Amino acid sequence: MAPNSIHWFRKGLRLHDNPALREAARGACTVRCVYFLDPWFAGSSNLGVNRWRFLLQCLEDLDANLQKLNSRLFVIRGQPANVFPRLFKEWKISRLTFEYDSEPFGKERDAAIKKLATEAGVEVIVKISHTLYDLDRIIELNGGQPPLTYKRFQTLISRMDPPDPPVEPLSEAFMGGCVTPVAEDHAEKYGVPSLEELGFDTEGLPSAVWPGGETEALTRIERHLERKAWVANFERPRMNANSLLASPTGLSPYLRFGCLSCRLFYFKLTDLYRKVKKNSWPPLSLYGQLLWREFFYTAATTNPRFDRMEGNPICVRIPWDRNPEALAKWAEAKTGFPWIDAIMTQLRQEGWIHHLARHAVACFLTRGDLWINWEEGMKVFEELLLDADWSVNAGSWMWLSCSSFFQQFFHCYCPVGFGRRTDPNGDFIRRYLPVLRGFPAKYIYDPWNAPDSVQAAAKCIVGIHYPRPMVNHAEASRLNIERMKQIYQQLSRYRGLGLLASVPSNHHGNGNGGLMAYSPGEQPAAAAVSAAQAPGAAGGSVTGGKGSGSILLNFDSEDQPGLSGGQQHGYHGTADPGQATASQRLYQACSSHEFAVPQHPGRLSHGGPSGKRERELERETMGDGDTHTSSRKVQRHSSEVSGK
Amino acid sequence: MAAATTVNYYTNYSGSRPCRMKRGRLSIKPDSEVLPICDGAVKRRRSAAVGFLCSQSQQHDSVEDWGNLPHHVVLHIFQYLSLVDRARASSVCRPWNDVFHIPDLWRRFEFELNQPATSYLKSTHPDLIQQIIKRHAQHLQYVSFKVDSCTESAEAACDILSQLVNCTIKTLGLISTARPSFMNVSQSHFVSALTVVFVNSKSLSSIKIDDTPVDDPSLKVLVANNSDTLKLLKMSSCPHVSPAGILCVADQCHGLRELALNYHLLSDELLLALSSEKHVHLEHLRIDVVSENPGQTQFHTIKKSSWDAVVHHSPKVNIVMYFFLYEEEFDPFFCEQTPVTHLYFGRAVSKEMLGRIGLNCPRLVELVVCANGLEPLDEELIRIAERCKNLTAIGLGECEVTCSGFIEFVKMCGSRLTQLSIMEEVLVPDNSYSLEQIHNEVSKYLGRMWFPDMMPTW
Repeated sequence: MAPNSIHWFRKGLRLHDNPALREAARGACTVRCVYFLDPWFAGSSNLGVNRWRFLLQCLEDLDANLQKLNSRLFVIRGQPANVFPRLFKEWKISRLTFEYDSEPFGKERDAAIKKLATEAGVEVIVKISHTLYDLDRIIELNGGQPPLTYKRFQTLISRMDPPDPPVEPLSEAFMGGCVTPVAEDHAEKYGVPSLEELGFDTEGLPSAVWPGGETEALTRIERHLERKAWVANFERPRMNANSLLASPTGLSPYLRFGCLSCRLFYFKLTDLYRKVKKNSWPPLSLYGQLLWREFFYTAATTNPRFDRMEGNPICVRIPWDRNPEALAKWAEAKTGFPWIDAIMTQLRQEGWIHHLARHAVACFLTRGDLWINWEEGMKVFEELLLDADWSVNAGSWMWLSCSSFFQQFFHCYCPVGFGRRTDPNGDFIRRYLPVLRGFPAKYIYDPWNAPDSVQAAAKCIVGIHYPRPMVNHAEASRLNIERMKQIYQQLSRYRGLGLLASVPSNHHGNGNGGLMAYSPGEQPAAAAVSAAQAPGAAGGSVTGGKGSGSILLNFDSEDQPGLSGGQQHGYHGTADPGQATASQRLYQACSSHEFAVPQHPGRLSHGGPSGKRERELERETMGDGDTHTSSRKVQRHSSEVSGK
Repeated sequence: MAAATTVNYYTNYSGSRPCRMKRGRLSIKPDSEVLPICDGAVKRRRSAAVGFLCSQSQQHDSVEDWGNLPHHVVLHIFQYLSLVDRARASSVCRPWNDVFHIPDLWRRFEFELNQPATSYLKSTHPDLIQQIIKRHAQHLQYVSFKVDSCTESAEAACDILSQLVNCTIKTLGLISTARPSFMNVSQSHFVSALTVVFVNSKSLSSIKIDDTPVDDPSLKVLVANNSDTLKLLKMSSCPHVSPAGILCVADQCHGLRELALNYHLLSDELLLALSSEKHVHLEHLRIDVVSENPGQTQFHTIKKSSWDAVVHHSPKVNIVMYFFLYEEEFDPFFCEQTPVTHLYFGRAVSKEMLGRIGLNCPRLVELVVCANGLEPLDEELIRIAERCKNLTAIGLGECEVTCSGFIEFVKMCGSRLTQLSIMEEVLVPDNSYSLEQIHNEVSKYLGRMWFPDMMPTW
């Protein structure tokens, strides 16, 4: 008997290149496409109205496109785990299909549903189509660990077969005899809800700059490619004032919700390149945007704590400031830096900002100026940014705050100069901060420096109509770069004066992509040694050498007393003791603030808890004589104590 | 009971319960149930030392008397344990508890002072602080205070400092982990606390007091009591110190080898004092040049003869300068030969200035430029490659260099460039090279694999 199928939409809100959806229809008697929405959750979730609107538009478009195939979308109010058993019975379901979700919580949820379905005698078919590659394969190829640098990631995928081509869109012909039973009361029961129904106040809500849906996505990709063909230049476009604005060829929100298949995008890019460049094979950089997304998905898929510092094995622990007032100023565009405030206003109004604008505000919030935890910024982006995805959002924030991935941290975006170089005229500022409209270009990025007469003429007095700058950028960046340097020096065991050499990565030139000392099997000897060594005997040479950065991966090797010589470090409320130990160790290792000078190997140098290399120095200098003295001291002291 | 009290305040924030063991003599049999230490949460945190001992006793299959382990052995093991683990181990038996209090284990201490409202970090338990002041103050030699952005934390640090009366502290660090809070403490409170240490510990060798309200009179006290021992003084952004105040330190502390300060404290007299015959060779001079608003600060010039004197006296000295200036403020710098070794430009720096660096900084080892205008820096870089023969590290952020210019630069420097960090956007493709080709070319000249730094396009 032909099966009755359900296709469960989560991401992947499209009919094109949707292999799981095709599996649902293949040879089936009936197919129903469902989307779960919990209205109660909607009101209480921290997603902003722009994100909800985008989602609802995607669902409406999906419903409209399904109607063209004589089908409908069923928006189910409730939670999948509660509702599926009823649906299975009511609709006599024997097949459930959905797109593979690589994110840890998605995997967990899907495993539960899979179990539940199997127990109900329902066959489950899962297909990968949200990412270009099978991420587990990338990890396998890297020896079981996700690659931690983008370069390494590129190396790995260049060794893999190209991604599968997109599958044909679901069509009437493919549906064949497969039908969707639709009841009279479908709209009431399963219709796409409105924003009002979800509890949003839509009065005065401006129309969407980024309309959601597959149809829009497919129009955009054509425009996107036309423009690329027109300029016939496949380099990364250089930033200018125009790139700051929402573009009708922008695709990132559509990739996020799966209105656009990344594989379709990939293959269309390839075709175009080969057409324009006369059949030469495209370089990896052509797919930059797609590969970055893929990189963060890969890094996150096996790490449930990817979105936090605490207990996250790949995240450097940085003693961020806890400062809700400063955070609020940043989030509400009241920092007093027009460049930062304009970007945050655009983000809140439209749901999208240029990637360099993201870099600017993220740097400002974290390592650049305010020294606030990147998790806070990530949460604000999650609320406001249309293309914020759990993996990509967290990964980017770790990247931009220099909390992971071994990138250089010297480059700090100036909240005045960066904007001025990008848009010297200041039109972007005037567009999003009308209060500053009257300022001439000369002062629009630092209005507090404008003479009183200029402020008066602009009808904007800094401190009254627009806030004063909330932070002294020069001082803050001086302090912060110093802190980052010390943190990184602890990680890399580097004691020299150089800033660049502080980052625990090195261009080893061993042919595996330069930076990748961290992949099992490809570790240089020193790294392997330091992981397995006896107490205190760390790998790496003593002078000027940087040990490998392998400390970031050694989080699971527990019996390494060498590192725990510190004191009572630790953050509040660690969930997993195993990981807490690891991250505590990481933190200990990075918390010491040393005057970065090649110290003569004193027994106990000043500063915080010592790293492995210091301890080794200690041991070396504690010759035999020394040990004897100390043991004599010990005995003397103990007799004193017992005499009491 | 000392042991019981110790355990209490170490363990109550580690989250696991203290392991209670019979006091006094303790016999371990290989398969005995005597090691309740090996259960549950404690097991995770179990020190390797204990694990090591377990396996030893298993191997020998004999009865060991733990209480009679020689003190120096226990001490040695304790040195590898965290304070929490030491505290826990000290509750095992009397002799171990004795070792816990051995001065050697209390030479170094880091006080952490944070408030839940302003920090994610925990604080050193007040009882522990009290115990240290009472029992171990005289043992402390390497002391640091880490405070968060809250004024109360900095005040608490000052309160502790003023109780460290019977100490012989060698190194003292006052560290702000977030916004500097010592600056918010009343100056008199801070200064009186600091001078307690200066007066009582007469053998201070390293002092790190960046971003604090330290002033000239307190430096005088420092000099009066520690002039023979002081080797390192780090005091960036201490606005209450004057050039005369730091000059007094340089004049009297002839062992001073490392000094970090802001540019406005740097004077010809200071450099000459550091180069006097009586003075040891200077190893490291770190200078921060900071200005918030353009034109607000007038920067003086240091005479070439003063720089020459420094290098003549200390040929190996590292001179590290961090600049946080506006483009138009660079005029006073590098007009004449300057022996700087490490340069960091945290804000925009003009093309012209980079040109002067090529001419006048022959000792340059590292150059990091966060941002520059939109004109290519080809000529400037090539000049730097030509003239700065010691250059081994370069980092470029928001700058522009043509691919050909960059290749030329790398070719001239060759494999001595051990650190080459160039943002991808810096490189402007031209007729000769595309971005794809450049990494091969550069790798060839460096003799190792090289790639530009990339930032996520997200």
